[in-house]
Amino acid sequence: MAQTTTQSGRKIKLEPWQDPKEQPYLRIEKVTKKFGDFTAVDDVSLSIYRGEFFSLLGGSGSGKTTLLRMLAGFETPTSGKIFIDGVDMSNIPPYERPVNMMFQSYALFPHMTVEQNIAFGLKQDRVPRDQIRVRVAEVLDLVQLGRFAKRRPHQLSGGQRQRVALARSLVKRPKLLLLDEPLGALDRRLREQTQFELVNIQEQVGITFVIVTHDQEEAMTMSSRIAVMNSGWIAQVGTPAQIYEYPATKFVAEFIGSVNMFAGRILEDEPDHVLIQSEEAGCDLYINHGVPVPLGTPVSVAVRPEKMSISREPPPVDSGRNVTRGTVREIAYLGNLSNYLIELDSGKMVRITQPNFNRLTEMPITWEDRVHVSWQPFAGVVLTQ
Amino acid sequence: MMRRSGFVLTMLAFGYAFLYVPIILLIIYSFNESRLVTVWGGWSTKWYVGLLHNQQMLSAAWLSLRIAALSATISVILGTMAGMAMARFGRFKGRTLFGGMITAPLVMPEVITGLSLLLLFVSLEQLIGWPEGRGMTTITIAHVTFTMAFVAVIVQSRLVSLDESIEEAAMDLGARPAKIFFVITLPIISPAIVSGWLLAFTLSLDDLVIASFVSGPASTTLPMVIFSSVRLGVTPEINALATIIVAIVTTGIIAAGVIMARQERIRRIDEQMASASNA
Repeated sequence: MAQTTTQSGRKIKLEPWQDPKEQPYLRIEKVTKKFGDFTAVDDVSLSIYRGEFFSLLGGSGSGKTTLLRMLAGFETPTSGKIFIDGVDMSNIPPYERPVNMMFQSYALFPHMTVEQNIAFGLKQDRVPRDQIRVRVAEVLDLVQLGRFAKRRPHQLSGGQRQRVALARSLVKRPKLLLLDEPLGALDRRLREQTQFELVNIQEQVGITFVIVTHDQEEAMTMSSRIAVMNSGWIAQVGTPAQIYEYPATKFVAEFIGSVNMFAGRILEDEPDHVLIQSEEAGCDLYINHGVPVPLGTPVSVAVRPEKMSISREPPPVDSGRNVTRGTVREIAYLGNLSNYLIELDSGKMVRITQPNFNRLTEMPITWEDRVHVSWQPFAGVVLTQ
Repeated sequence: MMRRSGFVLTMLAFGYAFLYVPIILLIIYSFNESRLVTVWGGWSTKWYVGLLHNQQMLSAAWLSLRIAALSATISVILGTMAGMAMARFGRFKGRTLFGGMITAPLVMPEVITGLSLLLLFVSLEQLIGWPEGRGMTTITIAHVTFTMAFVAVIVQSRLVSLDESIEEAAMDLGARPAKIFFVITLPIISPAIVSGWLLAFTLSLDDLVIASFVSGPASTTLPMVIFSSVRLGVTPEINALATIIVAIVTTGIIAAGVIMARQERIRRIDEQMASASNA
């Protein structure tokens, strides 16, 4: 099994979910939560392993926060069970769970100093006073807030409050740390910086993190694995790369990053390739692996914008597959990249991202140019639902 | 600088005159030498001295203060519980109805509240022998009944604006519900509770109608003494008493204002400090 060494020198397994001998640390079994007639979480099962940084990613109303609140014990599942480290959580109230949560609003106690806020959880466990002092100082050091210990929450900036909230939820060394949109209230620059800090801290303390977010970039940057949620069910679970490169459904493909989707029908299906006829694309689509789908089935082929290229001249090897023609309608120059919006001859609009290798060339592709759009056989992903 | 028109200035003067001329007149006449209220006879403070020797007036004032303090304290406890229930019980059928019913005493005519409480006390005495006669106990209970609604409304509105996840965070960190209430919720809403207490105290001190219904022969509150002596003719002594009450109320309001302003200033400085250290 592959291993890596973190900053603190602790060894963790890189991909515990691939090891059949590994026991899941958090097991969610067929959990459903209904509020009246509304099903917020629908028959969700998940296994999360020790030391993971696991993201629940979804839009609003996808049930991700409800699922997190069930882990904390603030909501009770309508059916199904939750096990943490092998223990059934069904009858354990929030104040006895080995779980701590960092709230989206931070929920700091306004009438207590930073120190008192952090010490609160330890006091509830009747930890001796001198030990409380040591552990509070330790965790304040970890989040670099030592000199703000005597301040009240309203004397702190947003980023500092966020770190106090993190320190308060870490100090009890929970088996599981739940984070509800932990970076949602920060401005963009601070958010990017904090993402890496959060990952570093997680590696240092070695606590299993489960984080709820609606920001796919955030989830991609930080997570070991992501569960994409949509209207109460889990659409896909996988590493950020798996989810981006091999989305399981159209919803996942469209939710993570941007994608061009071509509707078509399977013409040829061999173990080493498939050929798909698509009027939308204006050419046949060739993909270099087989799919377990009967001939003639209507499918969609998803191609990421950065995996397509455009040129004025036809590509050198033109097999008539994965090559089509169109007209440039919009160009967005972003410095390192340019985004092109191209209207194919079929009328379908596609989005293409190209790195800007050269300084401004003499004859750059410009508005209303006729161009060839092409991509490699490995670029497309066949989706049936 | 904007030019203020004469018209607006006149309106302003008229409005303030309407509010304050009667009170100023009362204060001036409390220093009147003459026994006749409406005839000016030169400056004097003899009515204030006289007030100090008026045993009936003093004992009524003492009774009123005790009733006000006791009923304000009880109504703060009950009102906080009611406000807590209203804000935290969650949704159920008829919630709006129950919410409305808690605040009904705010708009109930005092005559009706007084009369119904009198009926209750009389029939209770016949049934179980308590409360024995009418006096301080019955007045206090009656005042709790109508001031509790005010406290409940104040506490509820504070709780609604309080982020519920603060209480959840305390629970998540291992505190049980009862402890959360005393260690987290209560300290945070304490300003609302203090202002609820002050309001209940003032309302109780002020009340004439309800107290008249439920008081007994031996228990006469300050408003009752004032009212009955005024019916025999206004004396300058009453003017002096009224002036003292106005002075106490004014001092209280100014003190509260100063404290609030200072807190606001400290908070602003804190926030500046926070944004400076953020940079």
